[in-house]
Amino acid sequence: MNELAPATHTHTSAPAESYLDEHTVRSWLLTTDHKRIGVLYLISIVFYFLVAAVAVGIMRIELLHPHGTLLLNETYNKLFTLHGVLMVWFFLIPSIPSALGNFIIPIMIGARDVAFPKLNLLSWYLFMIGGGFVLYSIMIGGVDTGWTFYTPFSSTYSNTHVLTMVFGVFIAGFSSILTGLNFIITIHKMRAPGMRWFRMPLFLWSLYSTSIILVLATPVLAITLLLMAVERVWGIGIFDPRLGGDPILFQHLFWFYSHPAVYIMVLPSMGVVSELMAAFTRKEVFGYEWVAGASVAIAVVGFLVWGHHMFVSSQSIYAGMVFSILSFIVAVPSGIKVFNWTATLYQGSISFETPMIYALGFIGLFAIGGLTGLFLAALAVDVHVTDTYFVVAHFHYIMVGGAVMGFMGGLHYWWPKITGRLYPEAFGRLAAIVTFIGFNFTFFPQFVMGYLGMPRRYHNYAPEFQVYHVLSTAGASILGIGYLLPVIYLLWSLRYGKKAPANPWHATGLEWQTTSPPPKHNFDETPVVTGPPYDYTEDFEPKPSGVLHA
Amino acid sequence: MKLPFFPIAASHMAERVDRLYLGLLLISAFFLALIFLPMLYFLFKYRRGKMLSHRKLKFATWKLEVIWTLIPLFMLLCLFGWAATIYYDEERPPARTLEAFVVAKQWMWKIQHAEGNREINELHVPTGQAVKLTMTSEDVIHSFYIPAMRLKQDVVPGRYVTEWFEPTRPGTYHLFCAEFCGADHSLMGGNIVVMKPADYQAWLNAGRPVDNLAATGEHLFREFGCSGCHQNSTVVHAPRLEGVFGKPVPLQGGAITTADEQYIRDSILLPASQIAVGYSNVMPSYTGRVSEEQLIQLIAYIKSLGNQTPPEETK
Repeated sequence: MNELAPATHTHTSAPAESYLDEHTVRSWLLTTDHKRIGVLYLISIVFYFLVAAVAVGIMRIELLHPHGTLLLNETYNKLFTLHGVLMVWFFLIPSIPSALGNFIIPIMIGARDVAFPKLNLLSWYLFMIGGGFVLYSIMIGGVDTGWTFYTPFSSTYSNTHVLTMVFGVFIAGFSSILTGLNFIITIHKMRAPGMRWFRMPLFLWSLYSTSIILVLATPVLAITLLLMAVERVWGIGIFDPRLGGDPILFQHLFWFYSHPAVYIMVLPSMGVVSELMAAFTRKEVFGYEWVAGASVAIAVVGFLVWGHHMFVSSQSIYAGMVFSILSFIVAVPSGIKVFNWTATLYQGSISFETPMIYALGFIGLFAIGGLTGLFLAALAVDVHVTDTYFVVAHFHYIMVGGAVMGFMGGLHYWWPKITGRLYPEAFGRLAAIVTFIGFNFTFFPQFVMGYLGMPRRYHNYAPEFQVYHVLSTAGASILGIGYLLPVIYLLWSLRYGKKAPANPWHATGLEWQTTSPPPKHNFDETPVVTGPPYDYTEDFEPKPSGVLHA
Repeated sequence: MKLPFFPIAASHMAERVDRLYLGLLLISAFFLALIFLPMLYFLFKYRRGKMLSHRKLKFATWKLEVIWTLIPLFMLLCLFGWAATIYYDEERPPARTLEAFVVAKQWMWKIQHAEGNREINELHVPTGQAVKLTMTSEDVIHSFYIPAMRLKQDVVPGRYVTEWFEPTRPGTYHLFCAEFCGADHSLMGGNIVVMKPADYQAWLNAGRPVDNLAATGEHLFREFGCSGCHQNSTVVHAPRLEGVFGKPVPLQGGAITTADEQYIRDSILLPASQIAVGYSNVMPSYTGRVSEEQLIQLIAYIKSLGNQTPPEETK
């Protein structure tokens, strides 16, 4: 097609061809359209999520009894490894950036695609090949190291298929790096005329910050895993002291990636929540520049706190103190965001559509997760609760409460745009509420259990912890329903949902100015941005909540 | 069924940690109230269909932002100070302690008391006295965790790590391995038995072997042939070890290290890595010939020589 003479100019009256109009398998697998790649990612991450969720479901049933009899020790260890590896690298990290971000970023900045469409497709293939290796290592017997692959256990002692799984994660890392690069360059170079930095929606700020982490931190993970593989295969002493290595070195390298990785998971959610708060209060986000700046601050300071995972590892106590103070400081920009979201509600016109319920749920879970993070930054308390269920609860509140609520909120918000269909609102609200309740029911008891001294990664445990495990498993069943509901009604909506208008939420943002689903090249004409991102002051008829789907 | 919210506190440190924990809970409750009470009020008051206002906010945004940046920052720094003080004390054992040595391996804890008593997966200690554990691992990283003492320390192969506590309450408490270490990780536990001093003494005497750790170490010192060079040798120029432990050692190349447990361990296993000034690299490595427990016994012996004055060197 001749790009210089867009066909759209010649027949503007005819409805533009949607990006979904081609149906062949080939058209999907060889696509370079960021929207289709976003959808491919969406399908893949949901698949990995379901596999990882089944793994944890079996574990939670097993934990109903102090001496569970369903699983062998080894099987239990393999299940939590599988759960961690799939959830972290194949769901939480790519969920919002690769699936929603891929779809939305170019449209939000008024571009036709990302900067490097073919690289974008390559990154999906790398992601799938990486996932393939992980699934393959399960099929040939699994891995028992935990997702953290601590040495020298992983490099020397484990008799399981560590190499194939690590190779899968290694490859998926390249996918992360490519996606990050693509986003940074897209956001730098391809914004629509008039979209200055401080006219960008906050979702873009958060994904820009996330991409910086992806590009700077992921190579460190790749190198770390490579070194571990080198030690495992050739016995070259890097981490095993018997071979002359240093076991703590691995932890430094690993957490240098994996702590910022937490922000890879939660920053995009914060971006989504900022969008939702604006759209469903019909107000600009309070302190827009501060919220944008907080994203960048979190990304930067987040690189300096990795050592707080190692307060009891035998690193020097002074190192511990430096990491502790920095960990306290990184809480400040997160706090700024929460305060700003609350202030956004002030004098708003608040409606409680599904995405908004997820957004409010996010703020609730994120606040609890963030505050319990202070317990872990506080050295003396961390010594007691690290490697217990307190940590398990804390990072699930942040990573799952944060990332999943944000992802679900964003998915519902942009679902009409992605699919051109509306989902059933009542079911959406039900799912959001059930998820929130189930989540707290599952993980709150784990804080108590952790302070009581229940170590993590335990297949058999002391009987006094049973009551909390039973509560937690009961909560997990509710949470499971909260997760399954959207799978069902969203699939249902693909066929039976009402056709979506271009802008079902009456929201601002360029993505709502094109049709739902968008045409192949997103816009018939390049849009021009003339004002701030959340201009809700004009042309709006207040409608009572829910009128949209009545 | 019981629903306990606090674990038993059985050390002087446990109460300090619990107070900090309660402080954190209160501050968390304060922030949660600060966020969620206004939020719930706004959600109710400004719900759609009720009213709609497009008025520009009258107050200066940046003032509010600065306030809610600086006040939490200040509170967080206070919390840091509080937590770091306790941590500092947790990590620095007092001068006089009872000593025990711990070797971790998949999947058990092997413990030797300085008096010579040995235990597996059990540690007997008296109340009212600081106990210092010097620990290492034979294989992977383990973690020595006593919830009742609010203490945890990773036990790292190739290193000596220490943990200390002062038990205050007689009783039997859980010992857990907190770092994932393989198939039977969750079974790698045991008991800390805290006894009244008199009971402890009785227990100690009942199971005491002929030799204490240092004496066992002295036998090993002869068996492994260390004494051939390090005592009365006229052929090999090797350092005498009396008065060495705990003192600074000048190394070739100008560095100075302290003759602590780690230095002695390294000197036995990797003698070429740190050579004291005035000596040559002639000692063979004992890697693979000496077990972790034997290392501890040798170190206990060299430690016992620490207070003796070194003899005049004979040329």
